[in-house]
Amino acid sequence: MAKDKILSFERALELFEPVLGFEVHIELGTKTKMFSSAPNEFGSEPNTNITPVDLGLPGTLPVVNEQAVRYSISLGLALGCEIAETSSFARKNYFYPDMTKNYQITQSDQPIAYDGSVEVELADGTIYHVPIERAHMEEDAGKLTHVGGSAGRIQGASASLVDYNRAGVPLVEIVTRPIFGAEHNAPELAKAYVAVVREIAISLGISEARMERGNLRCDANVSLRPRGQEKLGTRTETKNVNSLRSVERAVRYEIQRQAAILEAGGTITQETRHWHEDTGTTSAGRPKSDADDYRYFPEPDLLPVVPGRELIEQLRSELPEAPAARNRRLKGEWGFTDLEFQDVVNGGLLAEISATVAAGATAQAARKWWTGEISRIANTQGVDAASLISPENVAATAKLVEAGTLTDKLARQVIEGVIAGEGSPQEVVDARGLAVVSDDGALIAAIDEALAAQPDILEKLREGKVQAAGAVIGAVMKAMKGQADAARVRELLLERAAQA
Amino acid sequence: MSELIRLSAAELAAKLSAGEVSAVEATQAHLDRIAAVDGDVHAFLHVSDSALETARGIDERRAAGEQLHELAGVPLAVKDVLVTTDMPSTSGSKILEGYMSPFDATVVERARAAGLIAIGKTNMDEFAMGSSTEHSAYGPTHNPWDLTRIPGGSGGGSAAAVAAFEAPLALGSDTGGSIRQPAHVTGTVGVKPTYGGVSRYGSIALASSLDQVGPVTRTVLDAALLHDVIGGHDARDSTSIPESWVLMAAAAREGQSGEVLKGLRVGVVKQFSGEGFQAGVEQRFAETLTLLQGAGAEIVEIDAPHFEYAVAAYYLILPAEASSNLARYDSVRFGLRVHPQGGGTVEDVMAATREAGFGPEVKRRIILGTYALSSGYYDAYYGSAQKVRTLIQRDFNAAFEQVDVIASPSAPTTAFKLGERINDPLAMYLNDITTIPANLAGVPGISIPMGLAPEDGLPTGLQLMAPARADDRLYRVAAAIEARLESGWGHTLISQAPALGGK
Repeated sequence: MAKDKILSFERALELFEPVLGFEVHIELGTKTKMFSSAPNEFGSEPNTNITPVDLGLPGTLPVVNEQAVRYSISLGLALGCEIAETSSFARKNYFYPDMTKNYQITQSDQPIAYDGSVEVELADGTIYHVPIERAHMEEDAGKLTHVGGSAGRIQGASASLVDYNRAGVPLVEIVTRPIFGAEHNAPELAKAYVAVVREIAISLGISEARMERGNLRCDANVSLRPRGQEKLGTRTETKNVNSLRSVERAVRYEIQRQAAILEAGGTITQETRHWHEDTGTTSAGRPKSDADDYRYFPEPDLLPVVPGRELIEQLRSELPEAPAARNRRLKGEWGFTDLEFQDVVNGGLLAEISATVAAGATAQAARKWWTGEISRIANTQGVDAASLISPENVAATAKLVEAGTLTDKLARQVIEGVIAGEGSPQEVVDARGLAVVSDDGALIAAIDEALAAQPDILEKLREGKVQAAGAVIGAVMKAMKGQADAARVRELLLERAAQA
Repeated sequence: MSELIRLSAAELAAKLSAGEVSAVEATQAHLDRIAAVDGDVHAFLHVSDSALETARGIDERRAAGEQLHELAGVPLAVKDVLVTTDMPSTSGSKILEGYMSPFDATVVERARAAGLIAIGKTNMDEFAMGSSTEHSAYGPTHNPWDLTRIPGGSGGGSAAAVAAFEAPLALGSDTGGSIRQPAHVTGTVGVKPTYGGVSRYGSIALASSLDQVGPVTRTVLDAALLHDVIGGHDARDSTSIPESWVLMAAAAREGQSGEVLKGLRVGVVKQFSGEGFQAGVEQRFAETLTLLQGAGAEIVEIDAPHFEYAVAAYYLILPAEASSNLARYDSVRFGLRVHPQGGGTVEDVMAATREAGFGPEVKRRIILGTYALSSGYYDAYYGSAQKVRTLIQRDFNAAFEQVDVIASPSAPTTAFKLGERINDPLAMYLNDITTIPANLAGVPGISIPMGLAPEDGLPTGLQLMAPARADDRLYRVAAAIEARLESGWGHTLISQAPALGGK
């Protein structure tokens, strides 16, 4: 693959105005699929979560999942959308082996939600309102795995395996209108927008919204137009960018790549592009034009969805606080700095910290544990921090530190023990014998022992060379296997020096 | 031949429940009949090898004193468009040769639950596309009245099976007349219920917004009895009507004995006469109207100005939906798989499979439908057709403000010769001119025998249509007319059918 020429980001922005657009697909966490009774579960053996409907066997018919409709309405409301009084399904026809019917049931003319707006706040406090064109319901396709080629790509593959467990999983596709005015913030806005949508989905409890699992997938549209030009430039659509960081990088890359082409007098090909995490580049996928003909027509097997005002208003009344407003409130309540708060948001840990605070920890302690030790272990294990430990256990650990029962260092071991399944924090403390030695007698004995080995230290201390204390404290901590409060040891040592 | 096979389903059911006949005997009699005549008729694509065992089970349950359904033990022929777990389901296509469904169609499930014995799968035009059963990938069915003629289509197999006494009851599916037109040409009874009245789950889709499963029988009462078994809401079909229904059999019995024709307002559509209508068919229809008047009915001419566009609209909507419904036959998950010479990509395999697996009429309609849905043509074709559909529904609404039922010949001509129209799709399509409007509007329709056309001695059918959900009205009126016609003839029409298989 020839390497793309790219322009510097600054130069690209001088010459061109970036215009963004996003299609975010969210898999809904319903018990069953969009149109069948098959379980909607991730990670099962291939082709086990299927019914005849999911395989498109002759004679099968779809039935709309009511819970998916409710979730979609809630999501639409949270995105500030109007909810359609009558919404209908359509068939999108195309042949592909991951589509069991060779058409996808989706929504075309009458999406469940339309005309919304999402508030997105950047790290520096800039607020954007991203216009939402529509959010519509559809079914996911199966998953193809290409074997025999290199790196799982279809090129050069000798065969493709297909798993229909995902076929028919409920999806909502959220489509923005073109986003103008992001300018040099475009990459950050891209990331922040997807993060907000993700938070909304999580706060509604409608999806786990885990990007690494494909619960939430983002296609990023980028086009450039020369400064002063009205007409929009040709756009590319970078598919399936699977982390927040990648969304930011992909948008930045596309701006730089397109700018280089345009500056050299070239033209942008309207196409889908693939994001490569390893190289931080995109490559051409299949050409896409507005003339792609999916032969949409109304799905005759399904009746229109008519949710009724009452249901819509009920779901509206149950909406959680909007993430942007909630964030402002929490940041104030917790007293976090911009940086600290951003860390929490980026880590997707708002809910965990809220719950930890609710369980009795201070906000700072909760933040420290979740963004620190727990996130570190989560990264090592390649899992979500939230899946490792309950907020209650984090709060209990923090309270042990506050009470002086544990030092930070000991508390880290407790967290590790809880994550390893050794029980509650108190149980780990008991089993591992981790509590701080608070018996001064034992500490003084250890101090004396250390002083006996290094008799000149007392002398130095009396001469005011306080740094000499370090060696003794170190020795005492070692003797106590780290289960001593270093500050108390220091106090006792200085008292000892003053006495003699 | 055994007298058992000449009985109506209701008569046979009475003997079964009285213990005069066993289900095994009834089933064996029909299997024997199939063995004797189906070589000539070719109504069946598959004959069950477990029917006798099922029948034995029914007999045992009856012997054990179990309260069984009225129709328990009566044999039933099932159109191959309906999927079954114990017999292959091909929809008349090579692309599904040998296909075994992991589930039963809802109507089959209900029939089995009522104790009906599924004795075989009946022949049909491939994917129900046709009016003659000549488009079956497995060879045509022959009309029992004249083996050189078509049995109608697409459900020619079910109609012929019933007409040839190979089964007292059969299931069909009607998208534009596939139950009623075969009934017309075979001297039998066929009903297309109100759209949504009978579950489509397990009916291999042709055109989802038009398809409806219904009964194929020799008497109106039998059709009503079978309708009661298969009808009613099914949560697996979203277009199925949730409200409950009155019993059709009760309506039919009321019609047989009561004075339901007196004061009945019968609409006659101006547009359903003249060019294209065979003289003998029109003559029998006129006589039937006279009989109705004699019984106190009022004949009202009604204008349905948009009916003349029905066939054109139908042949856009149907292919459009069919092109999408038939996309799943791609060899990836089930059915035929053809590898192109020298191998190829999955797309090549799909293309080779569809090239080899679909017959010419199916390809014609897939191409037509794909084109009609294409961007730039959608509004002109599919969009316009849907508008016509709305106008036809309005014509029906206006008509049903004036009349209780609409009557017409079920088809413009009697059975034509096999091969006569096979290369003239337009002529074939026009045979459904009278039946198509009911599908477009979703209203119920029935075809009952109304005598033999004088010029060729072949059966003709009377079609009655009623407003949506008024299926019971059709049965009431049809049963009354059937009774009057038969008392006039002094016999049933089907009893005049020629003997088959030299017996």
